Order: sequence, then C-alpha cells, then structure tokens
Amino acid sequence: MDESAGMRAYTLAFLSSFLLWILLTGSLATEEIGAGLLVASVVSVVSGPHLAIFNGLRLHPLALISLLDYLFYFFFALLRANLDLARRVLAPSLPINPGIVELETTLESSLGRMLLANSITLTPGTLTVDLKDERLLVHWVAVPEGGDLSTATRQIVTGFEKRISGFLK
Amino acid sequence: MRLIADLFILTGALFVFLAALGLIRMPDVYNRIQAGTKAATLGVIAILIGVGILYPQWWAKLLCIAGFVLFTSPVGSSTIARAIYLSGVRPWKKAVRSEEAS
Amino acid sequence: MTLTVLEQISAILVGLALLLGFIRLLLGPTAPDRVVSADTLSVIVTAALVAVGAWLGNALYLDVALVYGALAFVGIVAVARAIEGGHS
Repeated sequence: MDESAGMRAYTLAFLSSFLLWILLTGSLATEEIGAGLLVASVVSVVSGPHLAIFNGLRLHPLALISLLDYLFYFFFALLRANLDLARRVLAPSLPINPGIVELETTLESSLGRMLLANSITLTPGTLTVDLKDERLLVHWVAVPEGGDLSTATRQIVTGFEKRISGFLK
Repeated sequence: MRLIADLFILTGALFVFLAALGLIRMPDVYNRIQAGTKAATLGVIAILIGVGILYPQWWAKLLCIAGFVLFTSPVGSSTIARAIYLSGVRPWKKAVRSEEAS
Repeated sequence: MTLTVLEQISAILVGLALLLGFIRLLLGPTAPDRVVSADTLSVIVTAALVAVGAWLGNALYLDVALVYGALAFVGIVAVARAIEGGHS
C-alpha cells in the first residue's frame, strides 16, 4: 500500500470519529471541540493500521450523488420490505416459500460487499447468510416457483450494486 | 405537530409489534430473523423520527442512534444467520411441514 | 408530559411486542431461536428507552439507549460466535 492511501485512511478515521464526537456531545463549546480533537487523534492513530477497509471509497463529488441515490433507494426498499413482510405475517395462511440461493457480486472492496450484504438483509424477503469473497448466500422468504431462478436472484442485487458501485469499488 | 409525531410513533410501534408477531408466527429460525430484523429496524427508525419531531433539540443524538441501529441490526442478524447456517441448520421447507411448526 | 391517546396505544403495542418477544425467548425451541428473539428484543428496547426519554422529557435516556444498544450488539455477536464455534 502506498503512503497516500495510508494518509487517507487516517484522515477519514479522524474526520468520522470527530464528527461522531460532535454529534454525541451536541455542543460546539471550545472545550468540547478541543477534547474531541484530542480523542479523534488518539482513535485514528490507534486504529490506523486496521483501516484498510476505507480503501474502497471513491472520493469525488459524483460519489456524493450516488450515495444519496443509494440512501433513497434503500429507504424505499426498506419500506417495501416491511409492507411485504407485514402482509405475510398477518395473512392467516402464512404465504411463504423459503429457501437459500447463491449469488455473486461484482463489487470488489470489502466495505462495498458488507454494505451490499446489509442492504440485502433489510430489503424485501431476503437475508444474507454468508459472505465469502464474491459469493453471497441469501435466504429468501419467497423463492419464486418455476421460472428462471438465476434471473430472479440477479434482481435482488442489481439495484443496490449499481448504486453502491457509484461510491465504492 | 404533536399529531404528526404521534402518527410516526404509532407507525413505529405497529411495526415493532409486527416484528414480535413475526417472531411468534414464522416457522423457522431464518424466517424469524427476517421478520424480527426488518420490521424492528423500520419501527425503531419511525419512533426515532417521531421523538425527533417532539424534541427537535435532540436531533444529533437521535441521528446517532438511528445510524447505529441501521448498522448493527443487519450486521447482528447476518452474524446470527451465518452462525446458524454453519452449525448445520437448514431452512424449513413447506413440503416437510409438520404440525407443531405451524 | 401527559400522553395522548395515540401515544398510549403505541406504548401498549410496544409492551405487547416485548411480551411476544419474551414468549419466543422462553419457548425456544432451539438456542438460535432464543438468540434471534434476544436480538430483536434489544432493538425494541432501544426504541422503548428513547420513547421513555421523550415521555419523561429527559435526554439522559438517549445515552442509556445508545450504550444499551452497543452492549447488546457486542453480546449478540459474541453469542453468535459461540454457536458457530460449538459446531464447526
């Protein structure tokens, strides 16, 4: 790993822990900010060697737009997931047809894959069971009967993958 | 203002209740994870939004809690699901449905 | 502050949800089932703590909720690891 990638990881760790500090203290008094700067420096120095996880981040203005796009898409998926689930839980016949399917992702960074796995867990009818390299094991509440299974499984990931790939490798 | 906040809180409480109902009704552990995680997460977010409308000065900490729940809830469920899968439990199938499972 | 009717209904719903979660926790039937219900319960309790904080008008409950959520998460992951390790 080159020097600039390392610096970037430290900077990101520092900025994110400082932001968290500000949010948690909820005040902009000088002492609080001073203490926050100190704590954020300690945190970023101590955790620095383990920060390879930030390497997948794309840092340019367009990434911010795809992040927002992703968040919107995610919230609507979460809403749809819950309405779908509410329908299944409340229906007396319990209309489910569970099974485990396997699919592959094109995302390369571990952070991107983790985000994809989490997104899948919170969206309609699917739950990530295992993540090994580019393969995901997904538990699906309602596996469609008949039809093309691989096309159906692709549809779980493509929406998220397209949006996540805008800001993560 | 109070009414809008109350509606958010009520929706959240409803989803939280559905999550618990899903825990009871679903036939196997994977489906219970699904019901529990999704509905509880959305329920918590809705309750947090409602409280945020009641107490706008709490927004920063509520945002922290919301982000925290959005992150830990799926990670926790996936961790459990993975552990269960590795320990050899396979999903319930309708074909072998037994009476006590329903 | 006094609760409105809608808020009272919400409190009852959350209480019922906690009760149902506890029933699943007691019934099991397997250890993973109990872990799952404990996980769901911890998420619900986090929300309930925030709601209680709003009811009493005390922001301290938000910190309690945050710390509770963090500890519950670490606990759940630890138990999941234990289940995993015991069989593989």
